[in-house]
Amino acid sequence: MSFDIAAILAVDGVSNGAIYALVAIGTVLLFSVTRVMFVPFGDLAAFTALTLAALDGGKRPGTVALVAILAALAFSMEAFALLRAGRRRDLPKAALYYLLVPGVLAAIVGVAAPLHPPLPVRLLLALMAVTPIAPLLDRIVFRPVADAPVLLLLIIAVALHFALVGLGLLFFGPEGVRTEPLTSGSLEIFGTTISGQTVLIVVAALALSGLLYVCFDYTLVGKALRAVSSNRTGARLMGIRPARAGAIAYILGSVLAGVSGILIAPVNTIFYDSGFLIGLKAFVGAIIGGLYSYPGAALGALFVGLLESFASFESSSLKDVIVFSLLVPILMWRSIASLHLEEDDEE
Amino acid sequence: MTRRRKSIAGVLALVALAAAPLFLSSFTISLLDYIGVYALVAIGLALLTGVGGIVSFGQAAFVGVGAYATAWASALAGYSPWVGLALAIVLTCGVAAVLGATTLRLQGHFLSLSTLAWGLAIGFLFGNVEGLGNFSGISSIPPIRIGSLALTESAQIYYLIWGVVAASLVALSNLLNSRAGRAIRALRGGNVLVESLGIDSFRTKLAAFVIAALLAALSGWLYAHMSRFVSPATFDAGMGIEYLMMAMVGGQGSLIGGVVGASIITFLKNSIQDYLPLISPGASGQLEVVAFSAIFILFLQRARRGIVPYIVDRLPKASEPVDESAADLPKRRQPPAGRTILSVDQVVRRFGGLTAVNLVSFEVRAAEILGLIGPNGAGKSTMFNLCTGALPMDSGAIAFAGEPIRRMPQRAIARAGVSRTFQHVKLRPRMSVIDNVLLGAHTRTKAGIAAGMLRLDRSEEASARKEAQAQLQRVGLGDVLFEEAGNLPLGKQRLVEIARALAADPVLLVLDEPAAGLRRNEKMALAELLRSLRADGLTILLVEHDMEFVMSLVDRIVVMDFGSKLCEGLPAEIRADPRVQEAYLGSLA
Amino acid sequence: MNAMLSLENVSVSYGHIEAVRDVSLSVAPGQIVTIIGPNGAGKTTLMMAAMGLLPSSGTMRFEGVDLEGVEVERRVEMGMCLVPERRELFHDMSVGDNLLLGAFSRRDRGSVQDDIEDVFQRFPRLRERRRQAAGTLSGGERQMLALGRALMAKPRLLILDEPSLGLAPLIVREIFRIIASLRSLGISILLVEQNARAALETADIGYVLETGQISQSGASADLADDPGLIAAYLGGR
Repeated sequence: MSFDIAAILAVDGVSNGAIYALVAIGTVLLFSVTRVMFVPFGDLAAFTALTLAALDGGKRPGTVALVAILAALAFSMEAFALLRAGRRRDLPKAALYYLLVPGVLAAIVGVAAPLHPPLPVRLLLALMAVTPIAPLLDRIVFRPVADAPVLLLLIIAVALHFALVGLGLLFFGPEGVRTEPLTSGSLEIFGTTISGQTVLIVVAALALSGLLYVCFDYTLVGKALRAVSSNRTGARLMGIRPARAGAIAYILGSVLAGVSGILIAPVNTIFYDSGFLIGLKAFVGAIIGGLYSYPGAALGALFVGLLESFASFESSSLKDVIVFSLLVPILMWRSIASLHLEEDDEE
Repeated sequence: MTRRRKSIAGVLALVALAAAPLFLSSFTISLLDYIGVYALVAIGLALLTGVGGIVSFGQAAFVGVGAYATAWASALAGYSPWVGLALAIVLTCGVAAVLGATTLRLQGHFLSLSTLAWGLAIGFLFGNVEGLGNFSGISSIPPIRIGSLALTESAQIYYLIWGVVAASLVALSNLLNSRAGRAIRALRGGNVLVESLGIDSFRTKLAAFVIAALLAALSGWLYAHMSRFVSPATFDAGMGIEYLMMAMVGGQGSLIGGVVGASIITFLKNSIQDYLPLISPGASGQLEVVAFSAIFILFLQRARRGIVPYIVDRLPKASEPVDESAADLPKRRQPPAGRTILSVDQVVRRFGGLTAVNLVSFEVRAAEILGLIGPNGAGKSTMFNLCTGALPMDSGAIAFAGEPIRRMPQRAIARAGVSRTFQHVKLRPRMSVIDNVLLGAHTRTKAGIAAGMLRLDRSEEASARKEAQAQLQRVGLGDVLFEEAGNLPLGKQRLVEIARALAADPVLLVLDEPAAGLRRNEKMALAELLRSLRADGLTILLVEHDMEFVMSLVDRIVVMDFGSKLCEGLPAEIRADPRVQEAYLGSLA
Repeated sequence: MNAMLSLENVSVSYGHIEAVRDVSLSVAPGQIVTIIGPNGAGKTTLMMAAMGLLPSSGTMRFEGVDLEGVEVERRVEMGMCLVPERRELFHDMSVGDNLLLGAFSRRDRGSVQDDIEDVFQRFPRLRERRRQAAGTLSGGERQMLALGRALMAKPRLLILDEPSLGLAPLIVREIFRIIASLRSLGISILLVEQNARAALETADIGYVLETGQISQSGASADLADDPGLIAAYLGGR
């Protein structure tokens, strides 16, 4: 392998890794706040790409209907739970959060889609359309089992991924999409040409990570999220509601996944089921980082991107086999590194 | 159900199965074939996940290894399907043994993530190997031949499939009622108890893992020769979760649940395929996945324990009588009274910056009851865990019967004759009382997995049961042998723990707050029991908060405060000691 | 009903075990009330139930409001605050952030910085360590941080569960001095202690909890002189 090829592969790897890193950071955030390993963030990335493609074509994206259905379902569940607990007064608030906000977002996207607005607006619309999905799924799927063991939450997350793949096919159809590039420029460093898209991907990943860092370290909401992941009981005793913190984590994670979907769509052809591999590779990255550390997750995801890029040069058909096989030794290393007196999970 | 009634039910089920092809359409029979093939995997998962608590997303990959092994051997290399069977089993179990050996030490969800990872990796591998037909798979696999009869029709292979299913069910249910099977049943709920009983939890997990893989291999073999075609899509991650779904829907901890789950899921899938096009023409494939996942999620939210346990709970409990004429298990000779059994010498244990146990020394002598007391946070529990090997010490030495225990794993210390109970009772609540106590006798018996499956362990098992019954009678629980342990009130659960510890025929009995949460008369009965054990030559180390209980029972007392030993002496001396009063009541502010 | 907190016939069970049986007690505004009793008597269980962390039966009222079905976070907003036995600090966050989060439930965000300053005045050791992670503090400092974090919530009722637990005698003395000084802020205090002598010294009223039930109660000075108390701890009646 010559230096030129290695450089091209490295650029490719960093660009993919940066995309995985965004999803990985969202995964870590959500796991630390809610203990849910949200495998479907990858699906949300794919959904954003598909939504953007529909908007590019001036069509109403399937996401609008999906959000509307989920909102109706989430609100009915919440309303039912409230009525049963005798908390009729809280109904208007529930309607605002679960019905009105997602409904208005979906409606805006639905109305604006045929008008074919300029690109920046379309990007915003795509994010607006996808962001409500995860918090609504949280209410429908995970809230009823919030106290369940991590393992059960993981099984549910995996099952949810398959449901989302089916919904993806239903609402977006089987065609793959590739959106127009966000920039056409390119850069030359040390004799290697780097496309503007790659630069954009890396810059966006850095900027979003930085933004998140600022949010966690300098805002009360960010600190409250960290408090919940640090000590749930302690947080509750200070009046911080873990369910609300969870909803914020879902929203932040969705935005990160959505941005990664927007960034990857011009580079790779995205199908309704492409999210699985994005999500799982991000997941591998997050696990390399130990599932608790944000910089660790980002570095882990970068490593996965590079590994994948170099592996595909050796054998393009076996690159996924290599990436996932790698998880086993990494898990073993992680498990030894975090050896502690096990807490017993009684039946 | 008694064993007899169980056998009758089994025979009836077999007759019904055998007669089915005479009455049912060939379409239904082929559906039943599929159910049988899936059920094998689900039974394995019922053992691994439902009984052992190890959640695997990767069983589809094992099915794939088995199916591809036989497909390659019979369709590409030209060997007989029977050679394919041997290859499928050897290859699958080999892969499982390697994967298990590397991953089964992982904890909880990390273990399950690793099954997802290798499941995916193996799944991708099938589609990317030239010699295995890439994504198009391997076709024209020959049928299985028995003598001159080729099993080409669905009604023919039906008998083979369900024969294998029935044999697996019998073997595994025998296993679960044996020494090795009880160890697997004890896995769910954590290693702490398992290792304290002298059971090697890692080897037990590995055994369950390989058995489940073996059943997956059989399923793969049958599948390949039933459908005569294999392709990667059949063994992908989606199928992995579908198998998990079958085992979980069928029911936690129930082998039959695997069959029930496989039947329900397969029928459901079939009818969804029939009806969905009526609701939404043209979108049935994708709706099927959505409907399925939704049903599974709903199920996990609402009825986690599954269908079969729900029914079994409503049936009368099994109560196979204990054979009073069985031979006694061998007993060890207790050391002479007064000899030093346990010596703790200058032991230190730190947690981060906190020194939980600081230079503590004391001795326990044969046939005495030593009380270890001290205010909350004094380091008693840590001391206790150091003595039983549950925690390593930072410095100092502990010797049991003259042997230093520093480098011994907890289970070796247990085998040497240290039995313990737990402050927060650790029983397996879904197992019967006698089965819980039988776990205690694990180190005194030998029968392995094969002996358990084939019921070659019966005389040893009868002796162990007699011993367990005797210990339960000794603690006054002779009348609840077959109750579920979790249904007993706390006081009785504590006694079950003591009976379990006694069933190991220990030299030293280590009791962690045995009187906590007991009522007054229960405490008095417990004290009486401990006195009688001492009279039988047993040595007891006791951590306890209830002073009245301790003072009236023990021979000597060691008091700890702030991680150090405060003093040691007879109960009366301790009570009069102003330092002890201050440690308990506090000094004036 | 002018009690700050009142419990009537409260029972708490874990599965088959009834850890607390039929406990009734009340805390008047500005009062320090202590619950003492040997280990395992159910004190911590009772406090967790009072805060809503464990389900219970019976009636609980805070300032006359029935607490039935009121979630933990709402109780905090109403003015109750528990410093739990395990402290439950945010170990990987700084001392300053721990204090800041103590004020999470408050509406008056403007005076938060002043209140952090007040806590530092009260616990100068915390000021020295304001940038350090809470997990690196010593046992005594952790207890001070837990107390300080609770004070940041400006509670009207402070529930302290074993504030002296695992602390060396010198620090115990300091903690109790601080608790006594809170009286001047007008905070009512429910103090759970194993260190009976120090607790009775500080409190107005005492209750003795034994095996889940109240066995004695009265003015703390009277209880302190009661020989039955030693028996409750060391047995031998």
